[in-house]
Amino acid sequence: MARIDLDHIRHAYMAKPQSPSDYALKEVHHTFEDGGAYALLGPSGCGKTTLLNIISGLVRSSEGRILFDGNDVTPLSTQERNIAQVFQFPVIYDTMTVYDNLAFPLRNRGVSEPDVDRKVREILSMIDLDSWSDRKARGLTADQKQKISLGRGLVRSDVNAILFDEPLTVIDPHMKWVLRTQLKQLHQRFGHTMVYVTHDQTEALTFADQVVVMFEGEIVQIGTPAELFERPKHTFVGYFIGSPGMNVLPMELAGGSARVGSNEISLFAPPASVPSGKLELGIRPEFVRIGREGMPATITKVEDIGRHRIVRAQLEGYEVAAIVDEDADLPAEPRLLFDPAGINLYADNWRVETAQ
Amino acid sequence: MNKTWNNKAWFMVLPVLFLVAISAIIPLMTVVNYSVQDTFGNNEFFWAGAEWFEEMLTSDRFWAAMGRNLLFSGIVLLIEIPLGILIALNMPKSGWGVPVCLVLMALPLLIPWNVVGTIWQVFGRVDIGLLGYALREVGVDYNYVSDPFDAWVTVIVMDVWHWTSLVVLLCYAGLVSIPDAYYQAAKIDGASRWAVFRYIQLPKMNRVLLIAVLLRFMDSFMIYTEPFVVTGGGPGNSTTFLSIDLVKMAVGQFDIGPAAAMSIIYFLIILLLSWVFYTVMTNYDAASDGERRDG
Repeated sequence: MARIDLDHIRHAYMAKPQSPSDYALKEVHHTFEDGGAYALLGPSGCGKTTLLNIISGLVRSSEGRILFDGNDVTPLSTQERNIAQVFQFPVIYDTMTVYDNLAFPLRNRGVSEPDVDRKVREILSMIDLDSWSDRKARGLTADQKQKISLGRGLVRSDVNAILFDEPLTVIDPHMKWVLRTQLKQLHQRFGHTMVYVTHDQTEALTFADQVVVMFEGEIVQIGTPAELFERPKHTFVGYFIGSPGMNVLPMELAGGSARVGSNEISLFAPPASVPSGKLELGIRPEFVRIGREGMPATITKVEDIGRHRIVRAQLEGYEVAAIVDEDADLPAEPRLLFDPAGINLYADNWRVETAQ
Repeated sequence: MNKTWNNKAWFMVLPVLFLVAISAIIPLMTVVNYSVQDTFGNNEFFWAGAEWFEEMLTSDRFWAAMGRNLLFSGIVLLIEIPLGILIALNMPKSGWGVPVCLVLMALPLLIPWNVVGTIWQVFGRVDIGLLGYALREVGVDYNYVSDPFDAWVTVIVMDVWHWTSLVVLLCYAGLVSIPDAYYQAAKIDGASRWAVFRYIQLPKMNRVLLIAVLLRFMDSFMIYTEPFVVTGGGPGNSTTFLSIDLVKMAVGQFDIGPAAAMSIIYFLIILLLSWVFYTVMTNYDAASDGERRDG
């Protein structure tokens, strides 16, 4: 178990990167605290798997250093870094039994057979595969295989970190939930540093204490699930987290309030400084109210998603989504109100800090 | 489930049946016909029963040829399979080297069999052949025409040259289908190079290796053209394999009855091998079914 420091890491897959766009991973400077559960969240191709492979040593970063507990491990190989990684598709050794699969990393490291046995039995019971130990690993189901992959990391009690690369992609939905819960329990029990790559916001938000949102090779925000929801630092975080994502509308600043088209919208708190660049107003659908007061709008579509309804409306030509209760009344001439507490201002896609 | 039975469908099979009859069944039946009769020319035939079969199965000549065939197949497999795996493991996985290697590997497979035989027949000659002459020059007493051991070495090296590529290509196809994650996981687990081969590459090559072994066994068991061109079965009978012996008997000596009996025995052996091939394959599929269902 270790604290992981990423010291100005940059990575390009090409030999001689010229411009910033050549980098698959733009500068990352961040610390994963010892025993923390982190999720790297982002769309495909945002660099999250690259970052994970740089931590595990499968990819050598073009620039920057990695430190485990303050020791520079940048030049070390994957074996020497002593980490565990669970991949998207379960990697198991088909011809071995479940027991031998779990014993494999220990035997490779020359651990004595009694110690191997003790450790393997302990992990077998932990991942609920006690009765399967003598079975060939080939016939197992995908979730059992993925547990073995995880188990191979857990048997080594001294691993610095456990890395997960979208580990639940091929698992059935109901088993996803079970495995996620087990993973959380294992984390609480052993306190490994865990880094979990995913593009599924539900997975990220339920697994992690801290979610690292990545976009186009950069970390755009690191925060708790609540922070990501209430104060997205970047419009991408607003879009990507939440269902549906945040509404983003072009606006102008007029004194202490915002102007969208011909509508004046009062702000909870004015911006700390006068922002420059393209100004936008972000508001999550949860904070949009539909009623008889406010800004005139037209409703284009209503989607029923069970306990809520998603209303798509047009406001000054911009599409705005709102989440309303199942039994809410939708007037014939609807008007929109934005809850000032839910409003964030963005300048060139980055959030503008407010005065307080 | 209710099926509609429509016997008219059988008529659809008739053309195929007709073609198969002309190309396979009728010639085979002619051979069966010859194998139970004797002739002294003049188109007169006499019933011989199982006489030719008894003669064949008790003849030293047949069993000697059979023994040579099995020895040949055994040696060829022992060399080509490990060599093929070794080459496949060392072939590049990406970059410009891939097409180059693949073309180089495919070249011997594209050459007609009698041309392969001619190439080696000339190559090995001690007077003008590059190989034969060079070996003579460095002091090796090599002559495939007069020395049975040299003849065997030549025929085996020729087969290895001709067919190892097939094993290489099959193994390579198996190897490139292994996802990177397996190698990465092996690194993380601290596996040695040998362990990677033993627990990742070999199990993943299992299926193609099985095909490679069976194809090479059946092909080498039926070998005819190349040794016929190079050694003509000699010196003496030292490289006379079943197929060469069969042709000698039927076309050379015109012993149609025994040759027909031998054909049928040969055919049954190959049929048996095909059955083994099929059974092993289907059993293997059944055994790995669970794996594929889980993806």
